[in-house]
Amino acid sequence: MPHRDVMHGSRAVAEAVRLCDVKVVAAYPITPQTHIVEDIAEMVANGELDAEYIMVESEHSAMSACIGASATGARSFTATASQGLALMHEVLWIASGLRLPIVMVNANRALSAPINIWNDQSDSIAERDSGWIQIYVETAQEALDSVIQAYRIAEDAEVLLPAMVCMDGFVLTHTVEPVEVPDREQVREYLPELRMPHTLDPENPVTMGSLGDPNYYMECRKQQELAMERALEVARRADEEFRRVFGRGYGVVEEYNMEDAEVVLVTMGSVAGTIKDTIDMLGDESVGLLRLRLFRPFPKEAVRRALANAKVVNVIEKDVSIGMGEGALMTELKSVLYGSDIKVLGTVAGLGGRDITTEHIRQAVERAQRALRGERVDEVAWAGLKEEAV
Amino acid sequence: MRVAVDIPSYVRCRHVCGASLAASRCYKFGRLVKEVSDEELFASGHRGCAGCGCTIAMRLALKVAGRNVIVTHATGCMEVISSPYPETAWRVPWIHVAFENSAAVASGVEAALKALGKRHVKVIAFGGDGGTVDIGFQALSGALERGHDFVYICYDNEAYMNTGIQRSGATPYGAATTTSPPGRESFGNRTFKKDMPRIVAAHGIPYVATASVAFPLDYMEKVRKALETEGPAYVHVHASCTPGWGIPSEKSIEVARLAVDSGMWILYELENGRGRVTYKPPEKRPVKEYLRMQKRFRHLTDEHIEVLQRYVDERWDEVFGEDEE
Ligand SMILES: Cc1ncc(C[n+]2csc(CCOP(=O)(O)OP(=O)(O)O)c2C)c(N)n1
Ligand code: SF4
Ligand SMILES: [Mg+2]
Repeated sequence: MPHRDVMHGSRAVAEAVRLCDVKVVAAYPITPQTHIVEDIAEMVANGELDAEYIMVESEHSAMSACIGASATGARSFTATASQGLALMHEVLWIASGLRLPIVMVNANRALSAPINIWNDQSDSIAERDSGWIQIYVETAQEALDSVIQAYRIAEDAEVLLPAMVCMDGFVLTHTVEPVEVPDREQVREYLPELRMPHTLDPENPVTMGSLGDPNYYMECRKQQELAMERALEVARRADEEFRRVFGRGYGVVEEYNMEDAEVVLVTMGSVAGTIKDTIDMLGDESVGLLRLRLFRPFPKEAVRRALANAKVVNVIEKDVSIGMGEGALMTELKSVLYGSDIKVLGTVAGLGGRDITTEHIRQAVERAQRALRGERVDEVAWAGLKEEAV
Repeated sequence: MRVAVDIPSYVRCRHVCGASLAASRCYKFGRLVKEVSDEELFASGHRGCAGCGCTIAMRLALKVAGRNVIVTHATGCMEVISSPYPETAWRVPWIHVAFENSAAVASGVEAALKALGKRHVKVIAFGGDGGTVDIGFQALSGALERGHDFVYICYDNEAYMNTGIQRSGATPYGAATTTSPPGRESFGNRTFKKDMPRIVAAHGIPYVATASVAFPLDYMEKVRKALETEGPAYVHVHASCTPGWGIPSEKSIEVARLAVDSGMWILYELENGRGRVTYKPPEKRPVKEYLRMQKRFRHLTDEHIEVLQRYVDERWDEVFGEDEE
């Protein structure tokens, strides 16, 4: 039976790992991911989860062990954040290149220096080209549900790619929310046992991770790209099927107050909650929110469709591409909207855990509205920046 | 198959029996009959150089392991020469992931085998000296300390050969490599070889051994013991590299043998911490003889050779000193 409870976002992730019958967990602690791997350790210790738990000596080894386990045919999981994800960088590309359906939760946290344990999304956005599916969630419930969906998408024979569920550190990992924990049998029905076309198996020996010279390398990359493209449809169906079985779904993008919106805020992750509140407070039909749940594969068509009637977009994001002067999502949105008349603005916000307030959101809306009236506005603004300290 | 192996002149019966080579019968100073598989699980036709000692280490290990094994491999010469797509030399399941993580990948494979109820499948992790004593050191240490049931085999050709003969922590004193070149201000590699087997032994794992490709029976016996060990086992096999050492291909084994006969490399094993020398050279050969055969040492002056000889003498006395009968 599904049951409702109040729990930290981290606990919700651990519950998902238990429900998915994960066979191998390899992890290394880092704030704000720690509660996830502690909760899983507890579940294994109590016999609630029948998994091999490898307490590795680094995140590089965590991902390497997941690669070994997944290649052997075991459903594998890890979680990390920030420096840990950066340390994994090399092997992230190998996990996707070897087409292994590993699922990882990244508790989004800023990157050093200066060292900072608080939330932003620079860590996972820096890995956008690593060939991993990336899902950004807004709530603890969505984190739990997305881990289950992530396995379903990643393990689909049409896909076979690793998937990263990105949840804002502290904001989601350390906040208590009401969560519905699905029924285990229902999850088993939704998520069949892992079947991979090739595994490391003495009965049928294969060579994995060969040298791919210039005659072969490009085709491997193209195959990954095609798998990623298929993942978009698979993700959409996985969410629909999830809604059918569990009574809730999220879409690959979420639209809020979008029917008559001319000004649209675009974002990913938990700040969508603050934005929705601000929109409610404004009570303005002309202001809407588009939340991207899927960042890789990028839901280009869904975004274009959702923004068909928009005039000005303001991308609120917790990352910045230094040297480009804007966040990566803004750059990508401009690319997706190329040729349309939509004006794209950007707001860099919440870096290193700086609060994003309803006032900041209001300012972002106002700037977009001024642009809509034809006034000249800054293309990119940094919300809550102490100008005098720069 | 049962093959009759001629006991080479360098092996005295005492050492053969002493080394417990699983001989069915041992004729004094005669022939040794031993079970050696004639199945080649590391196929010929790979891209290794003629005379490569390292490929021998791969091939013989698999003869011992048989088919029921999964191999993980670090980036390096043996990985590159054995797996250029769409070819492969591996007739057993094999995975290469990166340079520094063969042991970590093996941890995951071993955990998965346990989780899937396939404990009967063995796991071997291969790494070169660079992939083991330098960049893969942490991953190896972690895997050993965690007690995974696997065998780690370091094939030690004493430099980064795959990238063009750069020095590693396992490069011997004085050796010329492309990053330790001799010159007006340099006599080659300034440091002594990192004592990796000893560092591994400090992890308290049940089985540690050194071996050489010039002593195939000794090596295979050690791989067998390592595979039979429950928990982590480590075999460090000294293996010649023809371009890296600057030796003609037909001298590959001769040079590797002289490394042992001169005391530059010592063959021993540690079972649950108890040590045993598995081969004592019948006569100690001067280090100079070993060095003279290789281009990488050709520049050394008598003074540096003397330093190396003293280093070898110290270790020789430590190991064989009390063994004299
Ligand atoms: C992280 C990383 N750094 C460097 C390299 C380049 N690289 C590949 S193989 C290798 C040397 C391998 O040396 P060793 O482990 O001794 O094996 P050998 O080639 O000598 O057999 C190096 C430096 C790499 N592939 N990955
Ligand atoms: S370079 Fe050395 S290690 Fe590499 S294949 Fe040739 S002989 Fe073997
Ligand atoms: Mg080497």
